[in-house]
Amino acid sequence: MTVPISAYLTLAAVLFGIGTIGVLMSRNIIILFMCIELMLNSANLALIAFSRALNMMDGHVMVFLVLTVAAAEAAVGLAMIITIFRNRETINIDRYSMMKW
Amino acid sequence: MTLDTVIFFISAVVAVFGATMMISQRNPVASVLYMILSLVAQAVIYIQLSALFVGAMLVIVYAGAIMVLFLFVIMLLNLRGSEDLGAHSSPISKVTKYVVSILLFVEFVFVIKSVIIGSPVAGLLTTTPPVDDFGSVKSVSMLLFTKYLYPFELTGILLLIAVVGAVVIARRDKADDVEDTHSSTGTEPAKTDEVVTK
Repeated sequence: MTVPISAYLTLAAVLFGIGTIGVLMSRNIIILFMCIELMLNSANLALIAFSRALNMMDGHVMVFLVLTVAAAEAAVGLAMIITIFRNRETINIDRYSMMKW
Repeated sequence: MTLDTVIFFISAVVAVFGATMMISQRNPVASVLYMILSLVAQAVIYIQLSALFVGAMLVIVYAGAIMVLFLFVIMLLNLRGSEDLGAHSSPISKVTKYVVSILLFVEFVFVIKSVIIGSPVAGLLTTTPPVDDFGSVKSVSMLLFTKYLYPFELTGILLLIAVVGAVVIARRDKADDVEDTHSSTGTEPAKTDEVVTK
């Protein structure tokens, strides 16, 4: 292994930044949701890199737990998207500013 | 430049490319496919960090299950990708998001620059050989079922709650059901027209 851990952490930071920018810029709620998944993934990458550098396996278990939470979040979030779409007929996030009128 | 470095750079470039294309697509289906590309590249990096089990799980759970769930929802919503999403945003929100995004971009440029020059963690190399069966299914599950047994059980409860919650949220009401069975005899465009007029 000749790649320093800082390279992996930089990649994780770049992916997290792309996810954050996507959350800010995107008006499509499905793409926004995928950006949140991307941010979770970049945190996973940092955990894996640290557990490799410190030779401790605990980070792998953390990644397992994060993956489970991400799956649960995706299921509930997509159900909410379907419900909102049924009422509003749009996926534009700017049209969701009021939940009730 | 060793093989490790080459593999890392290729997969890092592919991961960043996939993520960038994902946020810049108009069509949600293309966006999901680019996300899968980025995930596969990240799985390569996981395996390079000798996390075999987690890398395989990333491909199976994320690319295989969660992204297919996204595709299902996109096709269920019958999106055409041609909806004008910029029509209703106020000028304040436009200005705010561009300013915050540019600030974030500048911040990450500084982060990358400091890493290249040499940061405190740069001394922490991954040169030490991994311990025996590092990242294998056996060693991960040994930790998962002994030290982290309680969080693992909580995870099961969380998944149960999420499944029940998703079904409850996405369910139609009884009154909607009755209307739906009436309108389901018509064609698909007639059904959407009825919803709009309602």
